[in-house]
Amino acid sequence: MTKKRNIVYPYIPNSVPEIKREMLDELGMDSVEDIYKEIPDRLRFKGKMNLPAPILSEARLQRHVEKVLSKNNNCKGYISFLGGGTWNHYVPAVCDTIGGRDEILTSYVGEAFSDHGKFQILFESSSMLGDLTGFDACNTPTYDWANAIAIVSRMASRTTGRKEILVSEVTGPERKLVNQNYCKPDINVVEIKFDYENMCLDLDDLRSKISDKTACVYFENPSYLGFIETQAEEIVKIAHEKGALVAVGVDPTSLGVLEAPGDYGADYALGELQPLGIHMSYGGGLGGFIACRDEAKFVAEYPSLLFGVLPTTRKGEYGFGQVAFERTSYGSREKGKDFIGTCSALHGMVAAVYLALMGPQGMIDLGSGIMQRVDYAKKELAKISGIKIYEGFNFKEFVVNFDDYGLLVNEINNKLLQRSIFGGIDLSEDFSVLGNSALYAITEMLTKEDIDELVNALKEIQ
Amino acid sequence: MVKKIGIIVNPVAGMGGRVGLKGSDGEDILEKAIQLGAIPECPNKAVVGLCQIKEYKGEILEIYTYPNEMGEDEVRAAGLNPIVIGKIESGNTKSADTTKAANDMYDIGVDLILFAGGDGTARNILDVVGEKIPVLGIPGGCKIHSAVYAINPKSAGKVVVKYLEGKVKNLKESEVMDIDEDAFRDGILKARLYGYMKVPNENKLVQNMKSGSAPGEDAALDFVSRYIAFSLEKDVLYIMGSGSTVRGVMDKLGIKNTLLGVDLIYNNQLIANDVNEYTILTYLGKYNKAKIIITVIGGQGYLFGRGNQQLSPKVIRKVGIENIIIISTKNKMNSLFGKPLLVDTGDEELNDELNGYAEVIVGFGESVMFKVVS
Amino acid sequence: MSKAYIRKNFHEARWDEPMIYELSTRKTRGILVPEVEDEIIAEVGDVASYLPENVKRKTPLLLPEVDQKHVLAHYIHLTQETMGANVSNDLSEGTCTMKYNPRLNEALSLNNNFAELHPSQDIETVQGILEIFYKFEDIMKEISGMDKFSFQPGGGNQAVYCAASVMRAYHESRNDTKRDTIITTIFSHPCDAAAPATAGYKVITLYPDEKGVPDYEALKVAVENIGDHLAGIFMTNPEDIGIYNSNVDRFSELVHSVGGLCYYDQANANAFLGVVRAREAGFDMCHFNVHKTFGTPHGGEGPACGAFGCREFLNKFLPKPTVEFDGKKYYLDFDRPESIGKVRAYFGSSGVILRAYSWTMMHGAEGLKEVAAVSVINNNYLEKLLLSIKGCGEAYLGNGITRQEQCRYSWEELFQDTGVGTDDINKRINDYGIPWYWASHHPWVIPQPMTLEPCETYSKCDLEEYFETLKIVAEEAYTNPEIVLSAPHRSASHDIANPEDLNDPAKWALTWRAFLKKHGDQYVKVK
Repeated sequence: MTKKRNIVYPYIPNSVPEIKREMLDELGMDSVEDIYKEIPDRLRFKGKMNLPAPILSEARLQRHVEKVLSKNNNCKGYISFLGGGTWNHYVPAVCDTIGGRDEILTSYVGEAFSDHGKFQILFESSSMLGDLTGFDACNTPTYDWANAIAIVSRMASRTTGRKEILVSEVTGPERKLVNQNYCKPDINVVEIKFDYENMCLDLDDLRSKISDKTACVYFENPSYLGFIETQAEEIVKIAHEKGALVAVGVDPTSLGVLEAPGDYGADYALGELQPLGIHMSYGGGLGGFIACRDEAKFVAEYPSLLFGVLPTTRKGEYGFGQVAFERTSYGSREKGKDFIGTCSALHGMVAAVYLALMGPQGMIDLGSGIMQRVDYAKKELAKISGIKIYEGFNFKEFVVNFDDYGLLVNEINNKLLQRSIFGGIDLSEDFSVLGNSALYAITEMLTKEDIDELVNALKEIQ
Repeated sequence: MVKKIGIIVNPVAGMGGRVGLKGSDGEDILEKAIQLGAIPECPNKAVVGLCQIKEYKGEILEIYTYPNEMGEDEVRAAGLNPIVIGKIESGNTKSADTTKAANDMYDIGVDLILFAGGDGTARNILDVVGEKIPVLGIPGGCKIHSAVYAINPKSAGKVVVKYLEGKVKNLKESEVMDIDEDAFRDGILKARLYGYMKVPNENKLVQNMKSGSAPGEDAALDFVSRYIAFSLEKDVLYIMGSGSTVRGVMDKLGIKNTLLGVDLIYNNQLIANDVNEYTILTYLGKYNKAKIIITVIGGQGYLFGRGNQQLSPKVIRKVGIENIIIISTKNKMNSLFGKPLLVDTGDEELNDELNGYAEVIVGFGESVMFKVVS
Repeated sequence: MSKAYIRKNFHEARWDEPMIYELSTRKTRGILVPEVEDEIIAEVGDVASYLPENVKRKTPLLLPEVDQKHVLAHYIHLTQETMGANVSNDLSEGTCTMKYNPRLNEALSLNNNFAELHPSQDIETVQGILEIFYKFEDIMKEISGMDKFSFQPGGGNQAVYCAASVMRAYHESRNDTKRDTIITTIFSHPCDAAAPATAGYKVITLYPDEKGVPDYEALKVAVENIGDHLAGIFMTNPEDIGIYNSNVDRFSELVHSVGGLCYYDQANANAFLGVVRAREAGFDMCHFNVHKTFGTPHGGEGPACGAFGCREFLNKFLPKPTVEFDGKKYYLDFDRPESIGKVRAYFGSSGVILRAYSWTMMHGAEGLKEVAAVSVINNNYLEKLLLSIKGCGEAYLGNGITRQEQCRYSWEELFQDTGVGTDDINKRINDYGIPWYWASHHPWVIPQPMTLEPCETYSKCDLEEYFETLKIVAEEAYTNPEIVLSAPHRSASHDIANPEDLNDPAKWALTWRAFLKKHGDQYVKVK
């Protein structure tokens, strides 16, 4: 134990003993105990917290944290084929600059007149997501894609007054879990079968399960397994005939080349913001969005903050405010709305910067380039004996089957790891129907050389 | 579009208070008040409120009012130009003049009537306009039990301006209550709920960026009444008290109801409308189990003893305190913040038993604990 | 002697910035995407064009087309029109603990060994970040006295939801399925009622006694009424008005006596680090708003983290996976059959954990106690100054209870005297460079409220600047109310002219395309 020092902490200006003394004198108090006296002795923590010794200087602290982090290996050093909910895309330097500006990074609630910039950036973010998805309404960010599904389940249930949600079986497994937990106890989640022959939703199963109790049909396009849903309009038709709504989960990077859900009749589009200029950060880069029809019966059900633009009291000035503040429930009038709070606003702001940089041509180039690389990888991998590729239209991800390869996916991944390659996500547990398979993701970050390296490695380790 | 506002001032309202007469309704009382040296306070308060109307920045505004002290003087004193209608005998106005003024303004088609007075004035206007046009009261009388008044003269003027400018759109059903002045002067407090009028509801409290969406007052009322309607038990006689929250429950069940009176229902069927104490007791003899559903009446927070005297001590005892269900909305309960709920059954012993804490249901599965005193 | 400096000539940046769409020039590019190698193209062709017609995008993508410099400038202009805590005297946002967020931690969060980690990477390749998760969990356990933590919840709200889910799982595991009601208090955060309600619980809210402390007598009646239907209690302590509930252990005792669980919302924990803990108060679960108490940026409302902690007997219900250590290696434990599942994808806001770990390591046990002590001293100092202002009061003024980390003030007297209310003052202080303050959560049960939390970040000069500014504005309310009522004058923007249009589906606009459809070009800056 070192003896008590009077440390002046750079982040605590009034830790200077003289200043503290001066303030206590002003208050007529001897010590801070004159304030804590309101806490009965029996509730006080008597011991000393057993915490690691402090590292007071930034220089040593930086060294310490960097040393711990150096035990990691990252997707810049390794060739990564991991996806499934977080993807390795390029983060433009401009995104880091804006996302790191103290003005917005350290802002919080604020009001539109003094935090005007934050509101405008979030409005622009919603606007661009609306353009991508084909909707006129979009919220401020939710926690993540999974959270967006859960919110839409409840929104659709209120709008329709119905208590059942049909969800495609091939939805991200983690997303399914989150949605199931949020729908408890009153909303029933039923899975729709996936047609693994044709790699699309099983419409017969959908028809057999949909009824006038169904609030909403949710499917992902592309699906979790990377397949583009070719029957989207048909699904919309089946759902609407029963008075059910349709929500489509999308990867926003696909929408330069794939049709916008709003334009094939869906009622909601939702998805993940992380691919739009946000670092993966070990799963901390997530943020969700929900776009929907700009009609009161949909908009009124958002639990989220909704920022709208209108002219201010000064001519030629944009101002922002909360749209439909008192949202009454049009459908089943259950208790109020879901709870909301601090979600992922910063990621929504960074997504705005990303989409502004990319522009329409950037999104088209990104989408078509990814599809080309994926197709190339599929073709090359299919040439390897023991490897089978599930056919279908894939966007960023595809399923590689190793049933006849002689090694389990985790064994393969271990061997790839030795060659500084992160192999695809092991599907053998969550999708046992696909056998010994893995989900491979390819983004614009990978070159032909990287793909060839994977192909060679898989040839060699067999 | 031209906006039209009607202004009615009850020049003699508030005169009884200072001289201890508890109201000035009735001509002899007024005379007595003047003899005792009462000075008219209501007109001054009216001017304070009317001054705010100068801040109006909307389209053309026509101000209709009655002559002299019934509005004309006050409007001019506030620096505004009125269109004067009607006739009065200056210095000798009566409640009939208030009624007539309200009637004329209704015929003209004003967008809102702003009146200054007390509970008696509110009742006179209620008789004419009911819920047909919005009103707002400048508190000027000595009895203010009704909920149709702004908290002070200045805010009355401000809210009206916002309403006329379209910045406040919601209207809220608010109670018109009055006490029986004769009985009150004899030391007996008897209050009655006379009806409801619509007042602009400036819900300034909810516009912040963090707390997200909130259901409006109408929706809140809808939630709670729906919740109660669908949780009524079978084979229980429900004694439904007065007030719009309880009416909401009956509406959900599609049962005809009495806003200002007590109704009886059983297994979602109407037994009797607008019953008195005797009828309630008769039916209580016929059914094994009964519950009372009441709401909080008025800005004072009364459960019993105001507007529902039919629910007498005998009735309450027979039903049992544990079988009283209190319903309200969150906003209404929060507007009582810091004040307890009140009971005045006229039976001290029963009052004592009712004291303590009561659960008030305020939404779908939501309730609050409130202190009850007598 | 005060050195407080009043920013009398302040003016916020006002760039008169158009929308990004209005800066668009056809065919301009902001960034180029990596080209596909010729060999790939030769082998596969233009894959997207072979898609079936019905899945191909046909509607034109109307994103703006702006070169990089102008994208950068546009967004820098907008950031400059925002008052973040690091650049302003933001003791304004009470209940939010607006600390200084050290730049060092931002630099660390961009380290490739953190920023470029995929959450599905092999465990061997993420030992560093798991070590940080694990060690930060140890720190949180020590601070709270709880036995196990999950960092999955993305904020306080989600932590409360997680608690409601754990509560349900616990009672169900005992086949005790009738417990359908929870209790909370009116000055607890609204999510303490809303999140359990979303999870299907009935909610009973307690009001405070005449001193502003949660009413124990009311709790007794509520517990008696609910009996074995009581699932648990969710409460904040101190509540948002800064009064410590000295009966808090009696609350937990009473709830336990009928078989309920107790949840401690520690959103206001900053002033009690090393002073009091959830364990001593008798609680079974708690959460910390890591982004508040442990110095990480709020990001304009996220990403954030609500660290959820519980006692050992509830451990098995925690969301999966948990981070564990087998003596040699850190690993993720997914094998938790009784887990409530997941509340969030992956492991939560890892960036918040990394920064919070670094922040906490700089302070240590002694430093955390210093954080707490300075926070309560700051608050009492500011309170004394503010209550000397004519027109300024406080919730439960004169109840004899010393306030802890924050105060809920009330401008009711000023409002009655002058017609200038808290919303007006809030706009006027912006003319002196002070950011918008937190009035109160909805509903306002304290009239004309203002909630300030001068945590350890704020210097004596900051407190005095805040006081002097409010004093000037209050004086203006008495002498020249119009200047307050017409504020702000020097902020980045002003109030919407017709706020009621925000509630009109024909006029509201959540996106630029909706704005153009509904209003044409009548309001656009660049025609």
